[in-house]
Amino acid sequence: MNRIDRRFKELKRKGECALIPFVTAGDPDPGATVEVVLEMASQGADIIELGLPFSDPLADGPTIQAASFRALESGMNPELYFDVVKRIRKRSDIPLVLMGYYNPVLRMGLDEFANRASEAGIDGTIIPDLPLEEADAWRKAARAKGLCNILLVAPNTPVDRVKRIAKASTGFIYYVSVLGITGARAELPRELAQGLKSVKEYSKRPVAVGFGISKPEQVRGLRSVADGIIVGSAIVKMFYEESEKNGLGHAVQAVGDFVRSLKEATRK
Amino acid sequence: MKETRFVTNPDRKGHFGMFGGRFVPETLMPAITELEDAYKKTRRSRQFKEEFSSILKDYVGRPTALYEAKRLSKALGNRCRIFLKREDLTHTGAHKINNTIGQILLAKKMGKKRIIAETGAGQHGVATATAAALMGLECVVYMGRKDTVRQAMNVFRMELTGARVIPVDSGTKTLKDAINEAIRDWVSNVETTHYIIGSVVGPYPYPMMVRDFQSVIGREARAQLRRAGVGLPDVVVACVGGGSNAMGIFYPFAKDRDVRLIGVEAAGHGVDTEYHSATLTCGEPGVLHGTMSYLLQDRWGQIKGAHSVAAGLDYPGVGPEHSMFKDSGRAEYYTIDDREALEGFRLLSETEGIIPALESAHAIAYLKKLVPTLSRGSTILLNLSGRGDKDVASVREIFKGGEADEQD
Repeated sequence: MNRIDRRFKELKRKGECALIPFVTAGDPDPGATVEVVLEMASQGADIIELGLPFSDPLADGPTIQAASFRALESGMNPELYFDVVKRIRKRSDIPLVLMGYYNPVLRMGLDEFANRASEAGIDGTIIPDLPLEEADAWRKAARAKGLCNILLVAPNTPVDRVKRIAKASTGFIYYVSVLGITGARAELPRELAQGLKSVKEYSKRPVAVGFGISKPEQVRGLRSVADGIIVGSAIVKMFYEESEKNGLGHAVQAVGDFVRSLKEATRK
Repeated sequence: MKETRFVTNPDRKGHFGMFGGRFVPETLMPAITELEDAYKKTRRSRQFKEEFSSILKDYVGRPTALYEAKRLSKALGNRCRIFLKREDLTHTGAHKINNTIGQILLAKKMGKKRIIAETGAGQHGVATATAAALMGLECVVYMGRKDTVRQAMNVFRMELTGARVIPVDSGTKTLKDAINEAIRDWVSNVETTHYIIGSVVGPYPYPMMVRDFQSVIGREARAQLRRAGVGLPDVVVACVGGGSNAMGIFYPFAKDRDVRLIGVEAAGHGVDTEYHSATLTCGEPGVLHGTMSYLLQDRWGQIKGAHSVAAGLDYPGVGPEHSMFKDSGRAEYYTIDDREALEGFRLLSETEGIIPALESAHAIAYLKKLVPTLSRGSTILLNLSGRGDKDVASVREIFKGGEADEQD
């Protein structure tokens, strides 16, 4: 069984919601990414979303755009990314999800990319610019290597389409909380809980919610309606600002503390 | 790889062979489907056709003239007849307005209140701002910070017509980043907003829709040549950035297999340098801005910056239908570098008293290479996609700089 499926099964038994933090690989450098991922894992993160930076991240807000830019500037590429994954894998069994845009995957070749991702220890992928209609070839390549292919559902996705996406998505379904791009938001839409419930009506698969979530209070508000909660920009921002101000060691610790507080908020 | 066959329309999911498609965030899928439905329903309606052609006639100034450039032909050895399709004479000075009028009518039909657009040189931004003013719609234009400086006059023109211009500071601060930012805006305001893409790029249905709106260029030229007793041209030439003016003049000749279609890309400082925009000539297939097409990219699939003296050609992608035209052999694509383009700029100005846009000057410059290879008496149709008013200040600087170099 894939690590992602196994993790959701355990959490279900415990009656907990998954905490899924995100960081961009290579921001500011590969070693720092390994350290912060391991710290997040030890502080209670259930699954890690690890960003593969792209030059034109059109679904991302300013925080992740800037992180992608810094990572590319420091030389991050798919080969180094898989090295980072291998280094994490040596020391942790936490489920790892690659989040990245389609072109770098396509450029390496779908089978080759799937093969190397799986060998390094990736468990699933989220490719935000690869909607259901275009996903067949990648789904096939990913499945052949035992990778989950996590598809997104947005608040404006029509019901019949939600059903088709829910059926095709493996690992979990990524529910986008807002009409918009990634980035912390002070308030989440009021209809969010309703939207999540309706997705869960059509699928037995876990549904994780992301985009805009940055605070333990928000996590507490969502833990009863979602199976997983994804926190990205808030962590990326904290990691960057803390390492600029107080150095890498402090930044790793600050992110670890933050992840622990978020994880506590997922418990009922 | 599978052999690419020539097709005249995309399949149901918007693919031209392996190219095209819809590679967008899920949030945009409903908007794109809505647009596709609205476009398919509207384009055949009599009311829409009448409204569109009436605005093109009375406001844009269509049909544009077809002009035989005899002195240009003479300067090139008097071997061929050269006809210029005068898109430079349209309102706002370039072919871009054909598309913005078509799309804004569609946006109104869909009940959208807000228009967004990206722009590089500013021509599409100006054409969108103009169309939005005409229809009384709110308009926001994204423009790379670098381009707002290079094309300050066009920023002012957009503002005069009531648009808000937002400078984009991400990435390379040019056209590709302006498109990213426009897409991000669209994702966030998808229910109220229509995004007017300025070229035959982006997710389906844009490449087909923009082509259809621009095809008025080729349809007119075809009829005008027939009336002039010329019949079909031997060669059609146009510059290619994203490729909308080229597709607009190519498409009505696409089924006439005896007509050679030639697209001219910008070689910038040279195709063997890092500074060019020759996407079809030097790029490889990939996915950017919602579509699969040739791209300038590195070995890891990161998108490279493009360069051309003509800001309107400065884009690391190209329309997916052009990629299909290239791979199927239906069209040929060649390059002209910055220096040659400037010579073309001067050549048309001196021989015909027509100052072309630097983009169109690439097509003009290519005639020097093309004409000697054609049999005597051949007919060339060239799309003069825009006028050079926007470029005279920067060309003046370049010519002054060049003279200084020569004195060194």
